This record gives sequence, C-alpha cells and structure tokens, in this order.
Amino acid sequence: MSGPPIGSARASGAAGPDAPAASRQRRAIAFALLLAGAAVLIASAFLLSPFRLFQLTLAAGYAVAILGLNLVTGYNGQISLGHGAFYAAGAYTTAILMTHFDWPFWATLPVAGLASGALGYAVGFPALRLGGFYLALTTFSLAVAVPQILKHRAIEDWTGGVQGLFIAKPDPPAFLPIEADQWLYLTTLAISAALFLAAWNLVRGRIGRAMRAIRDHPVAAEAMGMDLAAVKTRTFAAGAALTGLAGALGAVAVEFVAPDSFTVMLSITLFVGMVVGGAASIGGAVVGGLFIVFVPNLAESISKAAPGAIYGVLLILLLFVLPGGAAGIGRLAVARLWRRDGGR
Amino acid sequence: MEGFAHQLVAGIATGGIYASVALALVMIYQATHHVNFAQGEMATFSTYLAWAAVQGGAPWWAALLGTVFASFAVGVAIERVLLRPMRSAPVLAVVCAFIGLMLIFNSITGAIFGYAVRPFPSPFETSAPLLGGLVSGHALGSTAVTLAVLALVWAFFRHTGLGLAMRAAAYNPVSARLVGIRVGWMLALGWGLAAAIGAVAGVMVAPVVFLEPNMMLGVLLYAFAGALLGGIDNPAGAVAGGFLVGVVENLAGAYLVGAELKLTLALAIIVGVLLLRPSGLFGRAVESRV
Repeated sequence: MSGPPIGSARASGAAGPDAPAASRQRRAIAFALLLAGAAVLIASAFLLSPFRLFQLTLAAGYAVAILGLNLVTGYNGQISLGHGAFYAAGAYTTAILMTHFDWPFWATLPVAGLASGALGYAVGFPALRLGGFYLALTTFSLAVAVPQILKHRAIEDWTGGVQGLFIAKPDPPAFLPIEADQWLYLTTLAISAALFLAAWNLVRGRIGRAMRAIRDHPVAAEAMGMDLAAVKTRTFAAGAALTGLAGALGAVAVEFVAPDSFTVMLSITLFVGMVVGGAASIGGAVVGGLFIVFVPNLAESISKAAPGAIYGVLLILLLFVLPGGAAGIGRLAVARLWRRDGGR
Repeated sequence: MEGFAHQLVAGIATGGIYASVALALVMIYQATHHVNFAQGEMATFSTYLAWAAVQGGAPWWAALLGTVFASFAVGVAIERVLLRPMRSAPVLAVVCAFIGLMLIFNSITGAIFGYAVRPFPSPFETSAPLLGGLVSGHALGSTAVTLAVLALVWAFFRHTGLGLAMRAAAYNPVSARLVGIRVGWMLALGWGLAAAIGAVAGVMVAPVVFLEPNMMLGVLLYAFAGALLGGIDNPAGAVAGGFLVGVVENLAGAYLVGAELKLTLALAIIVGVLLLRPSGLFGRAVESRV
C-alpha cells in the first residue's frame, strides 16, 4: 500500500529509560522556550518597523494556512494542490461581510471559517473516491479556476469583480495606546496561536492517530473500525476551515482582496511552504509561513524568475536530501542534543 | 447554423491540441501511474526554443523538427536523472517532484525569454479563411499536423518492435524484463516521446494563444479533462477525449457559459468524470487488490 508521505520519519517519542523524569524536564524546557518565543514575538510589535510587522502578520496568517494544508496532506495523506481556493473563500467572506454588511472584523472570522470549511467538505466528499494523483489533479484544477470564478459577472456585485474589494484594518480599542498595525499583529498572533494549539491537540489525540493510520495503511485502519469516509471528509473540512481563517487574517492584513491574488501560484506556494516546513509537522507550518513571506521577497530583488526557481529547486532538493523539511532538522537536532546531555 | 458549424470546426482544431497533450499525459501515466503536472511547462519551454530558432533565421519546419528532437532529449534526461531514483517513492514525493519541475521550467522560460506576450509565426496561410470561411488556414494546418503526429505515434506503437517493447514494459514490467526488454529505458523513451508530442502541441497552439510563460496552463487543464474523459489508461480514448473536450469547450463557450468560465468548465468535466465514471468513456475499470 502507499507508504507514509515524505517526512513522516517521526521520532517515536524517544522516551529514555527513566522516562517520567526526563519527560518532565523536557516539558519544562519546551515550555520555557515557548514562553521566551512568545515574549520575543510580542516585544517585536513595539520594536519593528510597520513594514516588518506587516510581513510578520502575513507570515502568521500563512502559517495557519499551511497548518490547514498540513492536516489534509501531511497528516491525512490527501494531496491538495488547491488550498488557495479555501484561502480565497475565507478572504472573500470576510471582505464581503465587512464592506457590504459593515460587520466588525472579529465577527467575520467564525463565518469565514465555517464557509471555507463547508466548501472543503463539498470538495472533500468527491475526494473520497479519488486517491493520490486524481485528488491532486482535481484540486489543482480548482486552484486554476478560482480567479475566473471570482471575476464572474453573476457575483460581481458582491465580489467587486476584477477590481476586488478594499477593507480597513480594525481600530485598536481606545484604552490601548497602540497603532492599528500593532493591534492587528497582536490579534493575528493570538488567533494563530490558538489555532495552532487546537491543531496540535487534534493531531496528538485519537483523531490524529486515525488520520495518520488512514494515511499510512487505509485497509488496516478500516479493518480496525475507523470510518475512512468520515475521517477523510472531516479532515478536509477542518483543514479548509483553518486555511479559510488564514485567508480572512491575510485579507485584513493587506486590506484588499482581488481575484488575481488567488491564482494557482498561491496554492503552489502554500504547498511549497508545507514541504519546506515539513509535512506532518505542526511546528513546521510556522517555518513554512515565514519562508513563503520572506524568501520570495529577497529573491525578487534578484530577478522575477528567482522565487519560482528557488521553490522548484528546493522542492526537488528536499525530496532527496531532507524529506522531513525544517521540522526534520529540528527533530534531528533535538534527538542529538538530548542524547548528549539527558538520557543516560 | 453557420455559427454552430464555425464553433464545431474551431473546437476540433483546439481539440487536436488537447488530444496531443492528453496523449503525452497518458503515455507517462500508463507506464508509471504518474500524472505529469509539468507537461504543460515543458511544452512551453520547447515552444520558446522553436521561437528562438525561428528568430535566429531557421526555416519554420526545421525549427519544429529541431525542437522536437531537443524536447525528446530533455524528456529522456528528466526521467533518467530525476524520476528513476524515485520509482518506488510515495505519491506525495512524486507530486512534489512534478510541481518542482513545473516551477523550474516556468522560471527558466521566464528568465531566458522574459515575461512579455509575443506573437508566434504560423507556417500556414492565416489571412484568408478556407472552406467557405469556416476555418482559418492555421486551424486547418495545425489539425492536420496533430492528426499526423497521432497517426505516427499509433503506427509506432502498433507496427514497430520498439513500440511493442514499450507497450510490454508499460503493461507488465516484470514479464517484460524477463523477456529481455530494458524496462527502465522504455520508461525514459516514453518520457522523451511525451515531451516531443508536447512540443508539437505547444508550437501548434502558440500562434493562437500567443507566446508567454504560462500559455499552457489552460491547455494542460483541458488535456487532463480530455484524458480523464477518454480513460486515462487508454491512449486512443484520451485522444478522442481531447477532441471531445475541445468541441464541448467551444460550443459551451459560445452558447452556454460564456468565455469567462471556460476553465471552470474543465474543472466541471474533471469532477463530473471522476464522480460518475472514474474509468472514463473508454477506459478499463480499475480494481485494486489489497
């Protein structure tokens, strides 16, 4: 049967002989690192230039989008090359609610998540019958068709057609002495952190095990009583909802949505981010988000063709030298360090 | 009625292009069960090679021939270097490799030739419409060329020893190896042939859609749809599917959905086929053993 995807070389817990003490120590270190990271991220709101802050806000959104793709492709083995469609659905839901109905930004988020989740369910349903390449092909076609659908005349009154829609950043609450972009950055950070926590909880529990079992050995998983259809469609819906929420966050960060921001390149970029960060890794999604914001930005200063070339070469290179992506390096480093000073 | 006939003929002309690319996809699919997402970008790159040759003063047909040979070599090289080590890799890894190839070819094309939209010369009479105004000279000529290519490919597989060996390698690699066929090289040849067919399709469609690095994206989508409609494991079916999709696209574009939703139509065909008849019109039903 189909093996695990690239980079499912998961370190198997690596619990040493005196597991309880070691794991308590490890947990303390991880927690301290997490706190320090959070402190740095919050402090950057007051230290960085507005442009850098905008980039970080965008990266946080993309990280969530990649997380959604990772649930579907990395953990569940359903290859999606069309997650840009769900990103677009979330972005447009928020933009339409904010411009046509004057909703506040925060109120549009649940709707954006639900709408793109429902779309994901609808796509995931036929996806049940398609494995591997067929699903990749179908989602790829969806991604190619998205700008055309968004431009269509019948929905032009809602979507603004080719021109798209302009939306405004939410104002910070009056009692906080901060700028709108600082406020948006902190909000995005908090929302992303919550979504990451939720996804982490999902994949390390019963449902996460079912998702991975179905990816690695569908027949055995079914024989053990797992409902393949239910798990696959719901995973697809959850992944799409996450990516849709990311779209909403991204839309308000750039204050603008237009059909040509959601071409097939967006879907491919998310896919590249997932592979670079590491398939089937929660932390890898963060690296992926940072990668797809900052690397093309640097590369574009060399030439217009450079970002695509870097993406392409990396995809193929990683395949051969580092299938686990950035998360693979991380796991390797942790395993090495831990053996040196902990363990025995 | 004349409008209808016009759309029908135009549909057959574009259908020929889709049929060629669909055939290229099926050739790789049959042998390896991989769908080559980079097929379109590879063809675009080949088309630029032909354009550069024509700009450099080469006669049109010589440029086409040279491009076909160059593309064949590139296809063989890609199979040998990239795909061969991945023969037993999981699907996600193969998709990664194809998307990587697609991005690389797209950037190489853009970096060398630029992103400007350029006209591409046609060797056929383009000014005066033929057959009582029904069809342009280029449409007629490109249909003839694609039909000739398809006939050649058919004859190759049907009537030559090498063609038979390639079919055997795709159909049953283990037994083919046992009777002395070098299966690995047959796969590489398949890639080369697919790249060459794609090159012809690219050169034939370029005068219509104009030359730019993303020109084959839509064509690739229709070729997917055509291959699936005809049955992705059946070359003749895929060709028929390609022509059918071309006709449906033109008729639906004119009478049903309008030009703005043409790509969405390809998506609808793909989803429809996969939902209603996953093996396509002429394909064999797939059974999987566990």
